[in-house]
Amino acid sequence: MNDTLVVEVLTQAVVYGTPILFAALGELLAERSGVLNLGVEGMMLIGAVMGFWAMQHSSGPEGVALPLAVLTAAFAGMVVSSILAFLAISLRASQIVSGLALTIFCGGLGLASYLGNDLGLADVPPKHQFSDIDVFGLKDVPIAGPVLFHQSALVYLSWLFVLLISLYLMRTRIGLNTRAIGEAPGAADAMGISVPRYRYAHVLAGGALAGIGGACYSLAITPGWTDGDSLVGGAGWIAIALVIFAFWRPELCLIGAYLFGGLAGGLPSALQAHGYKIKPEVLNALPYIMTIVVLVIVSTGLGRRRLGAPAALGIPYVREER
Amino acid sequence: MIKIERRLDQPRWLNVAVPLGSIAFAFLVMAVVLLATGHNPVDTYRRLFNAAFVGSAAWSATLTSATPLLFTGLAAATAFRMNLFNIGAEGQLYLGAVCSLGIAIWLGPGVGTTTTIVAMCVCGAGGGALWALIPGALKAFARTNEIITTLMLNYVAGQLLTYLIFDSASPWRDVSTIQTRSFPQSIALQPSQFWPTLTPRDIVVPFGFLLAIGVAIGLWVLFKRTRFGFEMSVIGDSNRAARYSGMRTRRKILAVMGLSGAVAGLGGASQVGDFSHVLDASPQGLQGAAFGYTGIVVAALARYNPLAVVLVGVLIGGLQNAGLYLQGPDFPTGLVGVMQGIILFCALGGELLIRYRVRFVPRAAQPAATEAAK
Repeated sequence: MNDTLVVEVLTQAVVYGTPILFAALGELLAERSGVLNLGVEGMMLIGAVMGFWAMQHSSGPEGVALPLAVLTAAFAGMVVSSILAFLAISLRASQIVSGLALTIFCGGLGLASYLGNDLGLADVPPKHQFSDIDVFGLKDVPIAGPVLFHQSALVYLSWLFVLLISLYLMRTRIGLNTRAIGEAPGAADAMGISVPRYRYAHVLAGGALAGIGGACYSLAITPGWTDGDSLVGGAGWIAIALVIFAFWRPELCLIGAYLFGGLAGGLPSALQAHGYKIKPEVLNALPYIMTIVVLVIVSTGLGRRRLGAPAALGIPYVREER
Repeated sequence: MIKIERRLDQPRWLNVAVPLGSIAFAFLVMAVVLLATGHNPVDTYRRLFNAAFVGSAAWSATLTSATPLLFTGLAAATAFRMNLFNIGAEGQLYLGAVCSLGIAIWLGPGVGTTTTIVAMCVCGAGGGALWALIPGALKAFARTNEIITTLMLNYVAGQLLTYLIFDSASPWRDVSTIQTRSFPQSIALQPSQFWPTLTPRDIVVPFGFLLAIGVAIGLWVLFKRTRFGFEMSVIGDSNRAARYSGMRTRRKILAVMGLSGAVAGLGGASQVGDFSHVLDASPQGLQGAAFGYTGIVVAALARYNPLAVVLVGVLIGGLQNAGLYLQGPDFPTGLVGVMQGIILFCALGGELLIRYRVRFVPRAAQPAATEAAK
């Protein structure tokens, strides 16, 4: 029962959806405060390389090394996102070009490659990796067992983040303030909320989550580090598309991430494992084509009026010019 | 106390001084990074400069690296001018390379160099333009975010390129020798189909480089001297104002995307005709080079001015060539990408100085603040 194609696709959808989910939640936080951060792909690559480095160089047992690695990845993502925050918030530069610059700077031909090679991480076998946890011994329950109760700790951490971020944005004072800044920074400023401070905080938090998303690859899905940008392979961009698809709502990100995850990793690997003969290039191109299809559907249908998009998204806030 | 005020008029000299200052500042920042990682910055810069711009061999290599960047830089500048963020120059360049090589293989070596070059340019530009028109049409008719669609299509184009190189059913695949059967690559151009070069003072100037300069001049005239260029800048500044005044914004999106893709596609044609003469999957191949993404750096540094793209393209091309030349234990890969990123960050930050005036006001000179303090 649990080794059918459908169950396998669903299981892999959760595995491959998790990094996208982390990154999308981070992007959602930044965008809700009005900052479009197109550097997600770069931040994920930095998270991946630094997470792997921290794991290799911490001497503790697995239970210490892996959490430490995730924290390092988060911190690294946060550090590089501060560049974008400074350019876009303090220096009022174009958010789109700054984000692209961040991805080019961090990307597979930039900082991530430099760090990985300089720290000697290429083709090193991983000392530890996140393994699947059998939650409550429910692993063998039909369908739900392997899909929901036999995943890595990162999957359960991502669920926790979905819950926390939903509550934060909808039910707390600072969450409401954040949404106000994303919709009408002038009004929020008049209420005495510091627009730059909030935006900095959310861009940095977004960077941290993108860093964790990148670490999902180097610590769990494909443990190790490879030069170039193939490790993350466009997941950061898919995460940006996912935020649009999810109408800027964390709980819809969860569903969307698994949809994209299923297309990105689940379906291709399951089809190959079951011996279906499809050209590998077609399978590899599938997630990107499906992302475009989904975006087109969203932009022609419900999203026509940009449902859920923060009104001030992408616009630098200048107090003197409001 | 620092005060930032919007400039009412922007002096023209700032448009030159600020980018130059930004680059100088970026090299200062980079010097700190180099010092921190245990390199001697003065020595590193001297070696970089020598490898990029001293002697005819260095210049030849720099022009080789710069040529594709001019095309992708011009492609990005064309679209970005209208606030149309075409990040797909990478994929459009692949398609240009594929189509131009395809027509050259189909025509065969017998038709004469001029015919071959014209056919390769037309097909390369056409392939790039068609690939760019997919996101262009989606943007114009479905208002789909072009940043993501162009980027996703880069990955699709990469897979298409891989397929055409590896699959035995592909008409591009070379299966004539044992070596190419085990290390897949496309059919190569015949020497009579190679694009010509000029060699003034022993510097090898590829034909593609001259073509790119021609395209740059053409685009400059288009932007500055025609109605089309004027409408582009109006749409870029305010889409709504453009539509109220009767400009056809949809048509313009399609035209500009097509033009941008065509320029990137020409870059692909030049890459095949001038340099590689073949498509392969090696790390030195198209997919390892990331010409499209570097083109965005070039365009942004040039502030989307086509003539400035030529200068910046040669500068960044020199940096890349020198980085490749110096690559080794004391100059690791990725350092050039880091330097480009820092230059771009400084240029973006420098934009503030063009649009705003930064004044240092002593605290005491602020009557409101002092009264509040009492």
